Amino acid sequence: MSAHGQAIGRADPKRRAKDRGFLALLIVCVGISVALLGVLLVDIVTDGIPRLNFDFITSFSSINADQSGIQAAFWGTIWLMGVCALFIVPVGVATAVYLEEYADETRWYNRLIELNIQNLAAVPSIVYGILGLAFLVRGPLSLGPTVLAGGLTLGLLVLPVVIIAAREAIRAVPPSIREGSMALGATQWQTIWKQVLPASIPGIATGVILALSRAIGETAPLIVVGAATFIAFNPDGLDSFFTAMPIQIFDWISRPSNDVNDYLPLAAAGILLLMIMLLLMNSIAIWLRNRYEQKW
Amino acid sequence: MEAASTATAQGRAEAPSLRAARRRWGEGLIRALLVLAALISILTTTGIVLSLVRETVLFFQEVPIGDYLFGTKWTPLFEPASFGVLPLISGTLLITGIGMLVAIPLGIAAAIYLAEYARPGVRKVIKPVLELLAGVPTIVFGYFALTFFTPQILQGLGLDVGVFNALSAGIIVGFLIVPTVASISEDAMSAVPASLREGAFGLGASKLQVTLRVVFPAALSGIVASIVLGISRAVGETMVVLVAAGLVPYLGLDPREPAETMTAFIGATAKGDISTGSIAYKTIFAVGTTLFVITLIMNLISIRFVRKYRQVYE
Repeated sequence: MSAHGQAIGRADPKRRAKDRGFLALLIVCVGISVALLGVLLVDIVTDGIPRLNFDFITSFSSINADQSGIQAAFWGTIWLMGVCALFIVPVGVATAVYLEEYADETRWYNRLIELNIQNLAAVPSIVYGILGLAFLVRGPLSLGPTVLAGGLTLGLLVLPVVIIAAREAIRAVPPSIREGSMALGATQWQTIWKQVLPASIPGIATGVILALSRAIGETAPLIVVGAATFIAFNPDGLDSFFTAMPIQIFDWISRPSNDVNDYLPLAAAGILLLMIMLLLMNSIAIWLRNRYEQKW
Repeated sequence: MEAASTATAQGRAEAPSLRAARRRWGEGLIRALLVLAALISILTTTGIVLSLVRETVLFFQEVPIGDYLFGTKWTPLFEPASFGVLPLISGTLLITGIGMLVAIPLGIAAAIYLAEYARPGVRKVIKPVLELLAGVPTIVFGYFALTFFTPQILQGLGLDVGVFNALSAGIIVGFLIVPTVASISEDAMSAVPASLREGAFGLGASKLQVTLRVVFPAALSGIVASIVLGISRAVGETMVVLVAAGLVPYLGLDPREPAETMTAFIGATAKGDISTGSIAYKTIFAVGTTLFVITLIMNLISIRFVRKYRQVYE
């Protein structure tokens, strides 16, 4: 009698205490991660705000820390993102369309493409820098350390992000839409171009913005590709030498500071500007997702 | 014979044809263009392998492979040059080890919390915050490790560490991998069917028992995948180490000392202007090959484990 009563009745207090203790432990662990992010953001804002002003954005880099600014790096980053976007949008979407709409998954070569993309997504970014250095900057293409070479290197790096996002967006379009279109006599490509792609644009756009927001903060591949650390002009074309915001920030961090010239506040201001741009891009992505997301 | 063939011809004419009335060349052309785009990703891998292998072969014509793999002194840019990669490997192991000591418990705890305990409202807040941690550029984490974490936290706690040390870089690398571990592990736990949990509850198990003895083992392949992928990311992480760990190739595992990883060496060497064909140039590729092979193995293991749990529950 008593044994049965216990089994059905309340869990004994020891078990409940254990359960609660475990939950508390989980919350502490999550709290540590969230707290670190919070401390990081507060630290960046307090370090960066004093130097982040209009002059900082409109001045070129200088030995003299007081007059130094981020203009060349800012425009370098804008150019890089432009090249990167022009590369990843057509190539990424085309690859996703092929894999989702055409490829026969039972074929070994299509499975190889898929496995390959999954692996590329996890290749260290500095290895892409080595690829850019050996193939784009020197070697076969010999573009030199230019905007085009830098932008393409970043493009190759974030291409898997776009492909994966675009595939998900295309997969979310229900087959009935395609079947309806085909039944009305449309060809496969007409169906994709007029029905599937328009319906998946919000998802694709979100993926592209997320890819660009990864590319904008990448430093290591640009170092290897040979982005200049000291440049006092804005890029004026694809064959222009360039510097970029993360490169400029890295340069300020690693430059020896002294009492006269303290470069760390410049680095913090650059980081703050970079984070503001990232925040803007992510807000646009979230807005796009919420505004145009389609429920079938 | 003749009669049979006319019969099939008639049979065809009667049934409506599902084929296009005429061949559409445009459709074929578009398909070819799409295949071409898909091939770019294959070309990328081929390009990486080719560029690495070519210069690495040239490197090993100058440096015996045994000296490289088993040498304990790494001074490639000084005289007398010595090309023992072990100090870089031990630096990488040290940073990765410290990082995983942080990332595994925090990441898995976050995954368990999000998958099993958090109410939808809390989940909606915590998940994007963790994603934000993954979205912060690594150079920012480097700045944070150097200018805040080492002086304020580590030295503040009374640890005997210098401006540059492996501990600070390793811990911060760990934090930036938490989202990788958390999101894949959470995916795996969410894929465990509710019926397994309900069955265990029905037998009288507590929430803790259900989580640790039913959900956790059932999601184990996904959790392993997340950890392996996390290790791959830690091995490949460059900027935090380049900024905060001090670029001193050191064979040993004392976390208070500075360290240099493979990635940091590549970054630091490539920063200077190096001429094509010089030994410094070739060294970048030799170390790059080592790095690529290690991460490739990790990635393939991880992809395999992810497939395993997807097959079981989806």
